[in-house]
Amino acid sequence: MPLTPPAEPDPEPKMNWASFYAVISGVNRHSTGIGRIWLSVLFIFRILVLVVAAESVWGDEKSGFTCNTQQPGCNSVCYDHFFPISHIRLWALQLILVSTPALLVAMHVAHRRHVDKRLYKLSGRSNPKDLEQIKTQKMKITGALWWTYVISLLFRIIFEVTFMYVFYMIYPGYKMIRLVKCDSYPCPNTVDCFVSRPTEKTVFTVFMLAVSGVCILLNIAEVVFLLGKACSKHLHNAGDSTMGAWIQQKLCSF
Amino acid sequence: MSWPALYTQLVGANRHATSLGKIWLSVLFIFRVMVLVVAAESVWGDEQSDFTCNTLQPGCENVCYDQFFPVSHIRLWCLQLVFVSTPTLLVAMYVAYRNHRDKRKLLQVCALFYYDYGKVIVMTDKMMMYALYVVYDGFQMPRLVQCDQWPCPNLVDCFISRPTEKTIFTVFMATTSSICMVLNVAELVYLVIKAFTR
Repeated sequence: MPLTPPAEPDPEPKMNWASFYAVISGVNRHSTGIGRIWLSVLFIFRILVLVVAAESVWGDEKSGFTCNTQQPGCNSVCYDHFFPISHIRLWALQLILVSTPALLVAMHVAHRRHVDKRLYKLSGRSNPKDLEQIKTQKMKITGALWWTYVISLLFRIIFEVTFMYVFYMIYPGYKMIRLVKCDSYPCPNTVDCFVSRPTEKTVFTVFMLAVSGVCILLNIAEVVFLLGKACSKHLHNAGDSTMGAWIQQKLCSF
Repeated sequence: MSWPALYTQLVGANRHATSLGKIWLSVLFIFRVMVLVVAAESVWGDEQSDFTCNTLQPGCENVCYDQFFPVSHIRLWCLQLVFVSTPTLLVAMYVAYRNHRDKRKLLQVCALFYYDYGKVIVMTDKMMMYALYVVYDGFQMPRLVQCDQWPCPNLVDCFISRPTEKTIFTVFMATTSSICMVLNVAELVYLVIKAFTR
């Protein structure tokens, strides 16, 4: 089997995760505290670990996958049978899909800013300083923006859980086995095939699954926090109005 | 010139686009360019080196690979993404030119140009997807192909590397391409309605 030269470290993927970070972290300004923690966990413990460590562990997954046969094509076929999609690609897709609901919030904020600018201009305040202030002010998560934010959180949770389920369906169990037995054509009989770096892969799989679980918990906590905040605000307002009516009734009775 | 540089150019050009245009740009860069660079390129990375034929005849693997993969999926998608981004850049250049010449007719020019560029983008996307479908006989990547080109002796079995993963990414890219086309058609319809109601 011809030796493939080692792949040169390609700066492009890192640049693109960096530009992705720039796009997503812009939403950070309008997130809650838990949302910011979630974003940091995502970028430090998932994307960074994926790029600097996990990708090199899985780098030789195909070239290091060896079957106990010299039959050409048997390696390829057995590898394809046991690894329909690589862990690395699944995690990359998961990270991309899980981060994109934040863009819904960014779009909503941009729309609100556009509406605010129009109102300012209509009311005659087209001072460039005021328009700049609209751009930089932090949006409060109230009204329609609250709903957008909660819906984006629910989508994040759904995507995370879906990917964990897909992962479980394709690779039942978190452990990477050392040896697989394969008898697909053109392998003659049943051949032993050996997976490269199974223990290191198990360690990283457990790590990524654990961090994924932590992210789901953070998202659920954020939903509960927002619901609690909205409920307490609503009760506070309702309480004020009933209190006011009661006071007025008592005053009138005198 | 690289993907991030193209992104900077397109974001600048898209500042005056409709909301649908901005959503289209995000879908393009996140679900197509990013997925292409961080995931798909590594799946197709060993497509030729791991293309194995059941023969020791020198040259047979090269010839069979060339027969079954005239243009790699990755290159087709790169071309598709470049062609799909070009009309936006042309609009930006034309608007800048007209803005320099005549500020009053700017909005009307923009609307007409948007209509034309929208048509071009939808057509390019459709053509490229059709080309991929025709060249590779569908979106599924087979595990085994049979080849009898000279210098292969008789009919030989040749095995493609990672066919299932390649099928998954081909279907993913075709789906995002369709979503982008739908967004473009929606934007076209919106501009046409806006032009008629004015």
